[in-house]
Amino acid sequence: MTDTSTSMSVSAALKSPESAARLKARYRAERRFRFYGRAAIGIAAGILIFLLSSIVYNSIPAFTQNFVDLDIELAQDKIDPNFSYDTAIIASADWQGLIKASLRRDFPEVNARADKRELYDLVSSGAGDWVRDFVLDNPQSIGGVVRIAVPTSDDIDLLIKGLIDRTLPESDRLVSNKELVWLDHYTAQDRVNAQFAWTLFTAGDSREPEMAGLSGAFIGSLLTILVTLAISFPIGVMAAIYLEELAPKNRITSIIEVNINNLAAVPSIVFGLLGLAVFISFFQLPRSAPLVGGLVLSLMTLPTIIIATRASLASIPPSIREAALGIGASRLQVIFHHVLPLAMPGILTGTIIGLAQAAGETAPLLMIGMMAFIVDTPTDITSKATVLPAQIYMWANNPERAFLPKTSAAIVVLLVFLLSVNATAIYFRKKFEKRW
Amino acid sequence: MKSGHIVASFDDDLSELNQMLAQLGGLAETQFANAIDALERRDNRNIDAIVQGDKQLDELEYELNERALEIIALRSPVAADLRRVVVTLKVASILERIGDYAKNMAKRSRVIIEHENSKSENVSVARMAALVQQMLNQVLDAYASNDSDLAMDVWDRDTEVDRMHTSLFREMLARMSENPEQVSASSHLLFIAKNIERIGDHTTGIAEQIFFLANGQFPDDERPKADKSSVSGLDQI
Amino acid sequence: MTETNRPKIRAQHVEVHYGDARALHGIDLDIHAHEVTSLIGPSGCGKSTFLRCINRMNDVIDGCRVNGAMFIDNEDIYGDHMDVVELRARVGMVFQKPNPFPKSIYDNVAYGPRIHGLAQNKDALDNMVETSLKRAGLWQEVRDRLHESGSSLSGGQQQRLCIARAIAVNPDVVLMDEPCSALDPIATAVIEELIEEIRSEYTIVIVTHSMQQAARVSQKTAYFHLGNIVEVGDTDQIFTKPGNKQTEAYITGRIG
Repeated sequence: MTDTSTSMSVSAALKSPESAARLKARYRAERRFRFYGRAAIGIAAGILIFLLSSIVYNSIPAFTQNFVDLDIELAQDKIDPNFSYDTAIIASADWQGLIKASLRRDFPEVNARADKRELYDLVSSGAGDWVRDFVLDNPQSIGGVVRIAVPTSDDIDLLIKGLIDRTLPESDRLVSNKELVWLDHYTAQDRVNAQFAWTLFTAGDSREPEMAGLSGAFIGSLLTILVTLAISFPIGVMAAIYLEELAPKNRITSIIEVNINNLAAVPSIVFGLLGLAVFISFFQLPRSAPLVGGLVLSLMTLPTIIIATRASLASIPPSIREAALGIGASRLQVIFHHVLPLAMPGILTGTIIGLAQAAGETAPLLMIGMMAFIVDTPTDITSKATVLPAQIYMWANNPERAFLPKTSAAIVVLLVFLLSVNATAIYFRKKFEKRW
Repeated sequence: MKSGHIVASFDDDLSELNQMLAQLGGLAETQFANAIDALERRDNRNIDAIVQGDKQLDELEYELNERALEIIALRSPVAADLRRVVVTLKVASILERIGDYAKNMAKRSRVIIEHENSKSENVSVARMAALVQQMLNQVLDAYASNDSDLAMDVWDRDTEVDRMHTSLFREMLARMSENPEQVSASSHLLFIAKNIERIGDHTTGIAEQIFFLANGQFPDDERPKADKSSVSGLDQI
Repeated sequence: MTETNRPKIRAQHVEVHYGDARALHGIDLDIHAHEVTSLIGPSGCGKSTFLRCINRMNDVIDGCRVNGAMFIDNEDIYGDHMDVVELRARVGMVFQKPNPFPKSIYDNVAYGPRIHGLAQNKDALDNMVETSLKRAGLWQEVRDRLHESGSSLSGGQQQRLCIARAIAVNPDVVLMDEPCSALDPIATAVIEELIEEIRSEYTIVIVTHSMQQAARVSQKTAYFHLGNIVEVGDTDQIFTKPGNKQTEAYITGRIG
């Protein structure tokens, strides 16, 4: 800046007009940079908000379900002809038939076979379950006529929610003119009501959108994650402790180190192939089971846990180790009395983030058959199960129009699940954090 | 000399202290020389100047003390540096004493000039004074050049001063008993001789400090003493 | 007479290598009981390395090799039969930066006795904690808050807590690696006074960068330079008339 030949003092140099201009340019550059930063954050936040709000908006219809009140004649001979009062016998009655009879009674003018089928399509093909559950809860009602709310079919539900435009020509719309007349009949009698769709959380998967729920996938995810945690946490932490604290620094340990770091970057589908080859083909473990899913995800999570654990062990100040060694603690005592408790928040954070990542994984599970249509909620780690992300993928592929909001709802559930896992991570970090 | 301190201002402080001491030494030397001169030439015009000069010397010594205390407080000198500061303090106080003796000599010279009848004894006093002057000069040189051998040479020569003083003392006693009318002037002369002898002793004190500065300890053997005046009586003449 | 003259610690030609670099070039040094020996010298001269040889803290450093012999009470601590854990219980250490465990004051002091099984019951342990804190001159200040975190104390108090922790296992030797370098002058003076008070019961070796501190607290001083001992002797001797020009240049603040 200043010419060496002219010995200008600093304060004089700062008062020159060129310097003032330079100073201004400096502040301008700083302001510009701030603006770029804010713009970048704004764009990122905007995209995120757009994505989240569109998913949430699309998912809203899935959280309600329209029900139509039908007068069901609970004839003794149709339900429990022998007065056995055996719940098994009662449960196996033709409940859908009772509903059909009720519909026929409401619209006696419908006679043609095709028309009747259309009439029956007004309500869900699983509506009988609601009648059954009602009767099982109230056995004294057998023999009478009761008004029971049963779910409408998915198309009718969409129509009521306005997702199917009734002004379209009949050929372009999923609901026929006749169905509109019947539905309007019920609506006029104020017999159509929306309720919270508990099905979404309590039922397993189904081909019928109004009957499909996330319970199976949720429990499947939970079991898989538990297996992953039970396997990867102890192995990962032990491996990390050994590598960081006890292992001699030689060629073998450095090769192991490099490989662990590389493992974290391996595409997850490769772990799926490995799981298929090793756990299912070689060890003959059951297909589609959370056990195998957990094992595969453990392979994927291990490097993350090991790296996070090592990093947090390494961040413990050497002064603490020296203090403990200095009064005669053994290496193991140093680790378990001092280093590990202090490293715990970091280890837990790393583990939970690794698990959250695993919980959102689909590709490796594809290979071991967890991407499957499974109706029953899994009861243990060897029963067939699917997981939330797989469920989302499958629903998204279903042709029924009503699965669209369901898919969004499932995404919302998965996001809430992951957020609560992360919140747990933050909670544990705060709880174990200590000052030193 | 060895390389300087990392903190260069410490070196500056020490050399300033040394300069002050050199100034003080020069002043003490001048005072002593002037006092001798006044006595030998029986010239009392300079005596007031000598008395005034002693005040200047006292002030300089006080200043040097202040400076030395400052260095001790702020620099925490150790080893050779500490010895340097402590020795400077001690030598300064010795030089101040020498100045006092010179002043005392000047005052007594005035009395002698006023009351003297004969000048015969002055030769011995002049010889002793010349020797001590030379010793003082040499010891100050030794201090300036950190020459402990030269200092020890001065230290050894004090015996000669002592011997001269003893014989002068006996001579004076004999003379006083022979010429009682000169007792007043002679006894002052006797005290002047004693002062010169004391200055000689003090130069050995400076020599010892120089030795300590260089070696970290004082000379091993007891200094040889040849001043027998303290045990001399008239009977020993 | 012979009992008191025999050195507590005797280093015989102790050499330390870090990988290929030699940090100590064969140190011979006798350290006597009930004295404070200070190790001084410029940074990187090997004084801390030597200190860490006395309780084998260098063992944990990869690639560190120690040759020669180090005797404590005529027993070679680098011998095969020597148990490092037991050695470190006998040779306590206080570090440069106060490093209390992130635990309560009580647990900090009780940790050593606990892992070495020195206390038979809770009362005995309480007693040990109290005695150690009293000896470290900290009891009056912390008696009402023994269960507060050790890191809630001031720097000087933390360092005294570390001293209490070190002496709680009743060691023979206490090593101090620049114990006051992170403390203010008042806290430093308190620690120095404490060192003077406890020296009759221990053998204390202290590494310090402050020559004034070495002069104040120690009876013997060893001057290290480039991995060698240049001079060792009585502290008053070293600080008034060192025998070696290098030592003199160092302690008077001249460029060696």
